Amino acid sequence: MNKHASQALTEVVSNKKVGAYHHMVFSVGQMAAHSKPGNFVAISVGGPGTSMILRRAFAIYRASDRENGVGYIELVVAPHGQGSTWLTSRQSGDLVDLVGPLGTAFGIPTEPVRALLVGGGYGSAPLFGLSEILKGRGCRVDMVLGASSAMKIYAPLEGKRSVNSLTITTDDGSAGIPGKVSDVLAELIENNQIDIIYSCGPMGMLEAITKIAVEKDVLHQCAIEEAMACGVGICMTCVLPIRGEDGVVRMLRSCIDGPVVDGEKVIWDSKREIPEGTWGS
Amino acid sequence: MSFDYTTSLGAAKFENPIFTASGCASSGKELSQFFDLRELGALVTKSIMIKPRSGRATPRMAETASGMLNSIGLQGPGIDIFLEKDIPWLQEQGVSTVVSIAGESVDDYGILARKMRSVTGVKALEVNISCPNVENRGMVFACNPVTARAAIEAVRRNIGGELPIIAKLSPDVTNIVEIAEEVVAAGADALALINTVLGMVIDTNTMRPKLAGKTGGLSGPAIRPVAVRAIYQVHAALPHVSILGMGGVTNGREALELILAGASAVSIGTANFGNPTATMLVKSELQELLIAKGFNSLQEAVGYAHRAESQ
Repeated sequence: MNKHASQALTEVVSNKKVGAYHHMVFSVGQMAAHSKPGNFVAISVGGPGTSMILRRAFAIYRASDRENGVGYIELVVAPHGQGSTWLTSRQSGDLVDLVGPLGTAFGIPTEPVRALLVGGGYGSAPLFGLSEILKGRGCRVDMVLGASSAMKIYAPLEGKRSVNSLTITTDDGSAGIPGKVSDVLAELIENNQIDIIYSCGPMGMLEAITKIAVEKDVLHQCAIEEAMACGVGICMTCVLPIRGEDGVVRMLRSCIDGPVVDGEKVIWDSKREIPEGTWGS
Repeated sequence: MSFDYTTSLGAAKFENPIFTASGCASSGKELSQFFDLRELGALVTKSIMIKPRSGRATPRMAETASGMLNSIGLQGPGIDIFLEKDIPWLQEQGVSTVVSIAGESVDDYGILARKMRSVTGVKALEVNISCPNVENRGMVFACNPVTARAAIEAVRRNIGGELPIIAKLSPDVTNIVEIAEEVVAAGADALALINTVLGMVIDTNTMRPKLAGKTGGLSGPAIRPVAVRAIYQVHAALPHVSILGMGGVTNGREALELILAGASAVSIGTANFGNPTATMLVKSELQELLIAKGFNSLQEAVGYAHRAESQ
């Protein structure tokens, strides 16, 4: 449970289209001071009288605290459903009901390590803020971004500057190396002597990265994306099977026990079934 | 004159009529960072079973027009851990609490009631009988007058003392009044109306049911008229049995509908998912509305829609 979570009516400060996405800035006051890479926000969509009753969850791209109660949260939003399309139609000055920061954050090593950041589609969003923090701790940061096509790679200029190397893969070959991020990982891990992988993107991608991370004996923290109704831990819809320190698999809520989890602890191949031996099964 | 917002369900008294709905507030902790839980008429806990439950596989949820479909499968820690961890926390915080229980057999309900017997600081026991009965081909207790009655009788026999029993009924029946009469005869002090409505969503991409559990319970504003109808029918037949109403309430006006139909208190369920402070919004809006309409107390408005045309 993120103890800093609060609910606020926040003002849209800006909304810019970038490739297939919208980069949106919200004036959130003190919420920004508590927001860390990996955390997310949940936003009401549709306006009064809407038939869309559930919030939409978005990973925080960047948070900036300007002190004296002034702060901003930036999001990268893909307008692919009715709710996210409504959100990306908001103009500067519009108000939206936002709850955040929610969920767990990426763990930051105390030692300067060699980190590999892997993002799929707009899953790259939380990685740039993470990269800045890691660089500030003296880490080497390499990044891999993958998407179906060039339009769906989210990599702003300032983001590119914050990493030591950036590798891009696209399914259709319209940018970077043709193929998936998982095709290039093994080589990057070896060449750059990676200690830890941080990832964010679709579940299939996270599963593939976990396999490689386990093979190469590299730590892997991933931010998972599971359908949520509430985002605050009360609806029990966003669960997934995760092995605890005691070796027992439990159905944990990705909104409060995640979204950042240890990839190796997730039982990925449990599609539409409760894994055998899960607590309470 | 000051407005009297208090209410009662059976012998249980509450400061105000706004509750959470079971399964929509977990055991309270998660919502406590958004508002003071002591402001609730009562927090109704997630239905608890005898043993720990993993619940169903995912996907467990599908958003629908003005609603959502869920199939959680009563995930929870089981009654022992619940009584050891969750109840003491709620008591420490001074939260007015209603515990919801759910069983898979008639005996389960009896065992759960016995476990609750010695628990202090709980206002009432909600008995969720919208669960599959493993002894009767998975038929839901609440959908048959005989099994509905048996489950409530098992609780009544074992609960002892004064703890009021609230029987939570399913709208998925031909005649809800018949079920209500049976559970009241079996010893229920009050009724909770309504549980979710059974539904299904098919994903047109995969061309299979969207939820791993295939069917799910529909909740949210889409089912509000079903709730209003059920409450109205049951209140007409059993005017002296108090009703905890629920079904798609998101604001004060909608809560008033349920009160006018015959509910003495209103639970907020799915609205908490979209707005963690929905209960507090409903609480203040409903009170303002009742005062604006000239009522001196909540009690005066309960069932007011049933008055004769001449009134």
